[in-house]
Amino acid sequence: MTELGSAPVPELGPEDHVRGPEDGRVLIEYGDFECPYCAAMSERLAGMACRLVFRHFPVRSSHPRAWPAACAAEAAGLQGRFWEMHDLLFADQGRLEDPHLWQRAETLGLDLERFERDRRSPDVEARVKRDFRSGVRGGVVTTPTVFADGRMHAGRFESL
Amino acid sequence: MTLKAGDQVPEFTLRRGDGSEFTRADLEGKTTVLVFYPFAFSPVCTDQLNLYDEVLDDFGAAGATLYGVSCDSTYAQTAFQDRLGVRIEQLSDFEPKGETCRAFGVYHPGGFPQRALVIVGPDARVLWSYQADSPGELPGANLIFDALAPA
Repeated sequence: MTELGSAPVPELGPEDHVRGPEDGRVLIEYGDFECPYCAAMSERLAGMACRLVFRHFPVRSSHPRAWPAACAAEAAGLQGRFWEMHDLLFADQGRLEDPHLWQRAETLGLDLERFERDRRSPDVEARVKRDFRSGVRGGVVTTPTVFADGRMHAGRFESL
Repeated sequence: MTLKAGDQVPEFTLRRGDGSEFTRADLEGKTTVLVFYPFAFSPVCTDQLNLYDEVLDDFGAAGATLYGVSCDSTYAQTAFQDRLGVRIEQLSDFEPKGETCRAFGVYHPGGFPQRALVIVGPDARVLWSYQADSPGELPGANLIFDALAPA
């Protein structure tokens, strides 16, 4: 009954998608692939020597393709290409329909049948949902929201 | 001042999307979350309803029904709801404008509801309320779930 009550967002864990130098400052981003501010944030974070964790925070009524895009990134992740798909999604947010997702999977040389099966699987949906819910519990209300050194930075902030 | 925990909800009349009345009697026998928001179609209100809608099933599982309340007309509210594609029912405080918001202590001097949350218990008494420091602040859904948790 209270499973969405307040709780700190989880620390970096083994199931997280993470990139950047191991000794870098850990930044945990809650983002949405259809959100233009998230695309801008991802550019900015790419230029920082940080250890970046990406968690999904898709809100379907704002961004109808945010959920399919998040699931596509997870499906690519199952073939070891999460971050490549993350970058390709943010690079062209005007093209997030199914054929565009297939095109990206092809570009990355993924097994297309498996990609298609995985992105619609209950496991992948549950994975995205788990990220989303951890964000809700941590007080995330908008994207992008970045947690750094235990502090929440919501939206388009200037300093990180 | 916003009604506080323990306060009896006064008599009020709001309008549903179909023009029918929604009164204090509609609060009785269930737990209700009234989400007062400043304006249909404004950016923060959009984010707020979208976010709460995403976890609407969880509110249901926690035994609560959510309603959005603003001073916009029913037609504007319905258009707003359709545009967002959210399921949260809208209630209008259009005429006499803001009367229910005043009764709940959430009317902004600028002529719109404060961004406030009021949880009302089955006996039509307030269980919990929250008013954002500024209309631009969006209260997280976690705060509502905290308030709905059994003591």
